[in-house]
Amino acid sequence: MSSESHVAGHGAEPSFRQHHFINAEQQFDTSKLGMWLFLATEILMFGGLFVGYGLMQSVYPEAWVAGHHHLDRIMGAVNTVFLLCSSFTMVMAVHAASQSEKAKTVRYLLGTLVFAAGFLVIKYFEYSHKFHDGLLPGTHFSYHGGGPPQQAMFFGFYFAMTGLHGFHVVVGMALITWIMLRAMRGEFSSAYYTPVDLVGLYWHLVDLIWIYLFPLLYLVS
Amino acid sequence: MSEHVHSSSARIYVVVLLALLFLTIVTVGAAYVNFGSSSINLIIAVLIATVKATLVALFFMHLRHDPPVNAIIFVTSLIFLGLFLLFPLIDIGSRDKVVPYGLRMQAQPAAAKAAPAAAPAPSH
Repeated sequence: MSSESHVAGHGAEPSFRQHHFINAEQQFDTSKLGMWLFLATEILMFGGLFVGYGLMQSVYPEAWVAGHHHLDRIMGAVNTVFLLCSSFTMVMAVHAASQSEKAKTVRYLLGTLVFAAGFLVIKYFEYSHKFHDGLLPGTHFSYHGGGPPQQAMFFGFYFAMTGLHGFHVVVGMALITWIMLRAMRGEFSSAYYTPVDLVGLYWHLVDLIWIYLFPLLYLVS
Repeated sequence: MSEHVHSSSARIYVVVLLALLFLTIVTVGAAYVNFGSSSINLIIAVLIATVKATLVALFFMHLRHDPPVNAIIFVTSLIFLGLFLLFPLIDIGSRDKVVPYGLRMQAQPAAAKAAPAAAPAPSH
């Protein structure tokens, strides 16, 4: 073990390096690899919903067109802008952390949280509007404005997809808060900012999924 | 050296954000144009989304500068998602209209005409 440390040749051993890694860089790359494997499982989990959406859209295109007219494009577009901006502030936070700029890191993370909260506020207004109109999944569908009955299925996909995505937004906000508190305590520097980077990757995936959800749900025709 | 690389990467992030916002406007605009059928409109929207997703993955998720193994994992998951989508689509495209169990009552022509009347039907 000690001979391996000598091979690595890094004068002072950083305190965060775990003994089973050759050096800090290998530890960083390994953590990232693990995160990417997790993101792959996330893609496959959402994948089931995307495949279901694709199949049912191909069978009932008219129900999809009718269903999506109940969604507010402006609200969807504003939420897209919110998430894109939050992804930008997140990557700037990672960048600031890698430069040991503590104040900037905290500020960008706070900005990310504000955009994420804005996203959830708009989602709340959209959901409450649909609850009010009875535009609910499956047997709970009680909208009396007409249209193909398979709209109930469109709203099944709408709530399952945006619901799972919204849950990821909430989890992401909790993680960003945790990272922000650690950044305020000065735990990150150019030598070690792995948690900021990994939470960043998670947050970008949340953005990535919304990039697909927005056109699939709001812009059917 | 790394200082220079990092200050220029901050500028790249701004450019990427502007490109993403621009593509969002394009995709909303494209939704108001009728390209023939709602399926073609969807395909165009998904293509634009894929350009946006590629930008996010390459720049915001650092795949451009990462060890290639991360990109391999990412692309592999997308390939399997493609297979997952492809085979059920081939299957459903090669048979008569499939009616999910919960919608069988509503799908009958008489019930479909009177949607409000059909609403209580699923409760059985």
